[in-house]
Amino acid sequence: MASSHHQPTDGRPAPPRQPDAQPSLGEILRRNGVSRRGFLKFCAATASMMALPPSMAPAIAKTLETARRPSVIWLSFQECTGCTESLTRSFAPTVENLILDTISLDYHHTLQAAAGEAAEQAREAAMQANMGEYLVVVDGSLPGPGANPGYSTIAGVSNYDMLMDTVKGAAAVVAVGTCAAFGGLPKADPNPSGAVAVQDLVKDKPVINVSGCPPVPMVITGVLAQFLTFGKLPELDQYNRPRAFFGQAIHDRCYRRPFYDKGLFAESFDDEGAKKGWCLYRLGCKGPMTYNACATMKWNGGTSWPVEAGAPCLGCSEPDFWDAGGFYKALSVPPGKPGDTLLAAGAAGAAVGLAAGVMGRRKVKAAAKAHRTVTADELEQKL
Amino acid sequence: MTSLGDIPIKVEGGTSATDFGNALPVLSEVRHALARLIETGEPTQIDLGAMPFGPGDEERLMALLGNGEVNATIDALGPTRIRETAFGGVWVVEYLNADEQRVALHLEIDEVPQMLRAQRDDFTDALAAIDARLAPVSSNEPADGQRTD
Amino acid sequence: MITPMEFLMWTKGPLFQLALTIFALGLLARLVEIFVLGRAHNYAVPRGSAVVGGLRTLYKRFHTDPGTFKSAPFDVVVGIIWHTGFIIALLLFIPHVELIKSTFGIAWPALPNPVVDAITAITLLGLLAALAHRLLHPVKKFLSTPGDYVIWAVTFLPLLTGYLAYHRVINPYPLALGLHILTVEVFLIVLPFTKLTHIFTVWLARYYNGATFGRKGVQS
Repeated sequence: MASSHHQPTDGRPAPPRQPDAQPSLGEILRRNGVSRRGFLKFCAATASMMALPPSMAPAIAKTLETARRPSVIWLSFQECTGCTESLTRSFAPTVENLILDTISLDYHHTLQAAAGEAAEQAREAAMQANMGEYLVVVDGSLPGPGANPGYSTIAGVSNYDMLMDTVKGAAAVVAVGTCAAFGGLPKADPNPSGAVAVQDLVKDKPVINVSGCPPVPMVITGVLAQFLTFGKLPELDQYNRPRAFFGQAIHDRCYRRPFYDKGLFAESFDDEGAKKGWCLYRLGCKGPMTYNACATMKWNGGTSWPVEAGAPCLGCSEPDFWDAGGFYKALSVPPGKPGDTLLAAGAAGAAVGLAAGVMGRRKVKAAAKAHRTVTADELEQKL
Repeated sequence: MTSLGDIPIKVEGGTSATDFGNALPVLSEVRHALARLIETGEPTQIDLGAMPFGPGDEERLMALLGNGEVNATIDALGPTRIRETAFGGVWVVEYLNADEQRVALHLEIDEVPQMLRAQRDDFTDALAAIDARLAPVSSNEPADGQRTD
Repeated sequence: MITPMEFLMWTKGPLFQLALTIFALGLLARLVEIFVLGRAHNYAVPRGSAVVGGLRTLYKRFHTDPGTFKSAPFDVVVGIIWHTGFIIALLLFIPHVELIKSTFGIAWPALPNPVVDAITAITLLGLLAALAHRLLHPVKKFLSTPGDYVIWAVTFLPLLTGYLAYHRVINPYPLALGLHILTVEVFLIVLPFTKLTHIFTVWLARYYNGATFGRKGVQS
């Protein structure tokens, strides 16, 4: 491909700045020639991205005027780079670029130009310059303290040591992707590398989980924008995920839901029901147990999402989704072969019943054989 | 480079937009917002990006809303297209980035959409700018090409 | 600590297999024993068909006896309501049909979810009413054993947990679904060894009853 309409990424991550020279976001935008209408638009788009009602835009505008540029250190551990790929594809480039320009991505070893010693120095410099205020973003799980650290290292440092060292001075930790949030694929049975999630290790700092495999791009930037805007943690669910994005089940926001309620299902991937866009429950859709924003935020700039494309939801934003039974088996269907179990146990039961019955009959027959007729006279004599 | 639209797609089964029914509920929300605007003067913004639209739902909603008398484009941080619907006071506001990709799609139920209004903070800046323009005129006429600021 | 997903996979997997094993083994043992034991031989000359009489009674017991209705209208009405509701929720809810299909390889059409939802609510109320009646009615209370209350709970809980899971009252969802499956497994395990066996033996009892009368040429 000859051209790309993505903004050039040179100059990012920015070199560590002096902490005293921090302009507010409002100042940065005005310096970039953004008018007040442009700012209003930016706030409307940001509200939309943060899954907040449009009426919140003025409040966002107010806080953004004075918001400071937070430093972000992005650590990648046992991961596939899918989360970073997803992030860099968050459509709405203007907004995303502004967010990314506004946050100072000081360390991201996949995206940054520096490598080796220089890269690690950038991380340490950013940590020192922003002690207690920077945000740590983690993608990927990591071998736990009990596991062999050799399964994943960066610059000769084990993931565990790097995480614990970096988190020390952080304001908060954002675990991006199901691997960082819940262990994900590396933790899948039998978990050979002893992988654990970030929240299993980081106990003294707030951890925000942005799960998904990968997460919806707009959800990643949305959570970062929310932290940037309000400077505090969003409301979280029982898995420490922001409620704004993970508050509702896919099933409850699915446009195919009416078909589920009516009992109209696709039975295979190319039958009449599939062509008519009926419910995918019978094809293994895990929508009822999956909490994510796919149904409303969608993917690829709002083009579509798995269910709209005719693929059942795999439940990728839930803990242990990889071990949660067959992807293409209905949620209510148990693993294994329950029919065979039933048949075998039934046969054994029938054998037991047969034996018990035969024994019972023998007893009756024996009793009949032992039966003696007694006359009334004999009985009277006995009394 | 071929665009997505150039790839021929044969749609089978003929699913009509009416099969996915999220357009009418949104229209009903618009109706309530309009009633609120009449009663209390309170404007409403509806983020269509937060709606669980199925294929065709958005087109169906737009067809239901129709076209009104006003069309406007704002050029700030990329274009923003504003269109009055067939229903007075109901506006479609589409925020686009510099690459013409949609950033957000809102319905606004208001006399004038927020984006079209001149911003109050700009008035003072504008006043200063006009004063700056007027100042040299009162003293001496600037020559061509001479900068005044 | 076990995670909700591990709990769900445990109830869906090994525990479900165990429950099925105990259920099938226990039930078949009891039923086959009853069949093998058979009935005492009747030497009298038959005055009618035992089979016809048996089948007739199998069906006719669905009609409520006017005398019973007069003496215990509450039991008849509430009993019919919740038994019917229970069977509908069990056999005509889409995810249940899907489970039966995967276990037995047979399937049938299901009811729309809002319908099953309403029926489940009515069934839950019916069961609560039945319990209240049992506790308030002096004769029923006197006749009830602790086992009767256990059986009531074992019947009530699968419906309740299913209802709560459908309405997402318990979170996270894998926990809700796991609890529902667990209560069903308790139901399956105790079924062959308690009066819940009536689900299967009631048909035998009806048939034998009718057959005895049919052979004697008695209308029953």
